Amino acid sequence: MTRTSVGEKVLRYLLMLAVLAVSVGPFLWQLSTSLKATTEDIYTYPPGFLPEHPTLDNYTGVADIVPVWDYALNSLKVAVAGVATNLVGASMAGYALARLRFRGRKAAGLAFVAALLVPLESIVIAQFTMMRDLRLNNTLTAVVLPGAVGALNVLLMRNAFANLPYEVEEAAVIDGANVWQRFTRIALPAVRGTLAAVAIFAFMGAWDDFLWPLIVLSDSDRFTLTVGLNFLHGTFQQNPRLVAAGTVIAVAPLLVMFACLQRYFFRGVGEGAVKG
Amino acid sequence: MRRAAGRTPERRPAGVGRVRTHRAASPWLFLLPGLGVIAAFVLYPFLSTVHKAFTDARTLTPGTWVGLRNFRDMLDDEQFWVALRNSVLYVVAVVPLTVLLPLLLALLVHKKLPGVTFFRSAFYTPVVASVVVVSLIWGWLLDDRGLVNGILRFLGAGPVAFLGDQWLLLLSAMALTVWRGLGYYMIIYLAALANVPRELHEAAAVDGAGPLRRFASVTVPALRPTMVLVGALSSVAAFKVFSEVYLLAGPTGGPAGQDTTLVMLVQRTGTGLDGRVGYASALSLAVFVLALLLMLLVLRADRKEAEE
Repeated sequence: MTRTSVGEKVLRYLLMLAVLAVSVGPFLWQLSTSLKATTEDIYTYPPGFLPEHPTLDNYTGVADIVPVWDYALNSLKVAVAGVATNLVGASMAGYALARLRFRGRKAAGLAFVAALLVPLESIVIAQFTMMRDLRLNNTLTAVVLPGAVGALNVLLMRNAFANLPYEVEEAAVIDGANVWQRFTRIALPAVRGTLAAVAIFAFMGAWDDFLWPLIVLSDSDRFTLTVGLNFLHGTFQQNPRLVAAGTVIAVAPLLVMFACLQRYFFRGVGEGAVKG
Repeated sequence: MRRAAGRTPERRPAGVGRVRTHRAASPWLFLLPGLGVIAAFVLYPFLSTVHKAFTDARTLTPGTWVGLRNFRDMLDDEQFWVALRNSVLYVVAVVPLTVLLPLLLALLVHKKLPGVTFFRSAFYTPVVASVVVVSLIWGWLLDDRGLVNGILRFLGAGPVAFLGDQWLLLLSAMALTVWRGLGYYMIIYLAALANVPRELHEAAAVDGAGPLRRFASVTVPALRPTMVLVGALSSVAAFKVFSEVYLLAGPTGGPAGQDTTLVMLVQRTGTGLDGRVGYASALSLAVFVLALLLMLLVLRADRKEAEE
């Protein structure tokens, strides 16, 4: 393509800066609000973008209203459990679908595709009834279970395994390696990138989920962070600084993770949407 | 779905396929955790939803078969029509913007300029944050005394009660959904743009086509399948909207419940100690069927247009 003219460059950067203000600006405004002292007027015209006397008081203050650190811990438990179950379950199922020959393989693959087509929103009530029958409602286990192995993750893993060359595994078969050894020692290390993407999306999905924990959790001491933050809603009028601090606590771990592991995030989106 | 085309064991060199590579039970042991979770927590609940839709089950009672009564009740239920209207409006407003804006954004960051990777990542930030977080942030931005009204006031306009009016609330939630989708769908478009042959653009440029002309006659046709995909994905997502509206308008769905969406209605009807599980299941089934129809409609419309 022809070289970019200076005018076009300037225009592109200006546009990108404008979108940057719209996409990231709200987060910075929230961060700024969370750092403003109670003595500072947060309703000034024009708005003050930088806190006059930055303080961390709101971060301790928000914990007095809702046990935000306990909620964060609950979210962490749910997310870590979800990552573990998804990595194990999706990679095993994906390996079987991609690499093993057996009667019923097509049907098993179809079950995962069918599961992908069922919107979670249309089965939450049945899932809730089921958890109640199992006496699991209002537990973190119930929050984890329905998403423990995502159908999309299984299909992502299947694609990843299917793209590996057969030769190495064939050599291992001849050397007498059994199927579990081939899976753990040869196949798994070769799909680390996809595993990372699955882990990230499982973590993000669990950490960000709202509808399901809202339905299945009823005791406030079991709440995950998203459900707990919802209860901060009522405190809006009195002190937006505290709400801001709560949201920063909720979003910071994910943003840090995103900053460190970017390429896997994008890889997952690309593979999940385009090839899945 | 991509398969391991051409790598099926039948095509392997003779002999290798006959080596016993695993025991008959092994594949099923590998599949057990995944298949178990899917069967127990997705497929079974779906069948159970279909069944319960024809009963008068409540949270604490299994209920009895009532035939189509839930569906007749639905047609007489004013709340259902309000919710259906809102969910449909959501699709109508959100989908065109979600197909177009992320595409323009992708074109903006497609060109390799210094620092463009930073911008791409930054635009993705709202996707990483949970919907609860961004809804709370927007709630504060759009507050009567929030930043947006502060700016409006500074400019001599407003204040606008974004979160007090039925329609403004819905519009705010739609804007939030579009905003949140920007980065996500941008990445999908970027992946597709990477596959558009450069030569096409160059040939069009040599022929004297300007940027707009090239967009219309090269980029759009090449990205058409991706646009349809984004249209289908975002239609279904918009139709099932819950969190944004629930969080901005509150659990009861704004003034007099006028901002209730279908999934909010499902959640409100089917949960709690005396939830009408049967009726909520019928509503859930309606959501499922309508979402499926919507997706088929998008794909169908695409095919028709392509034929013309």
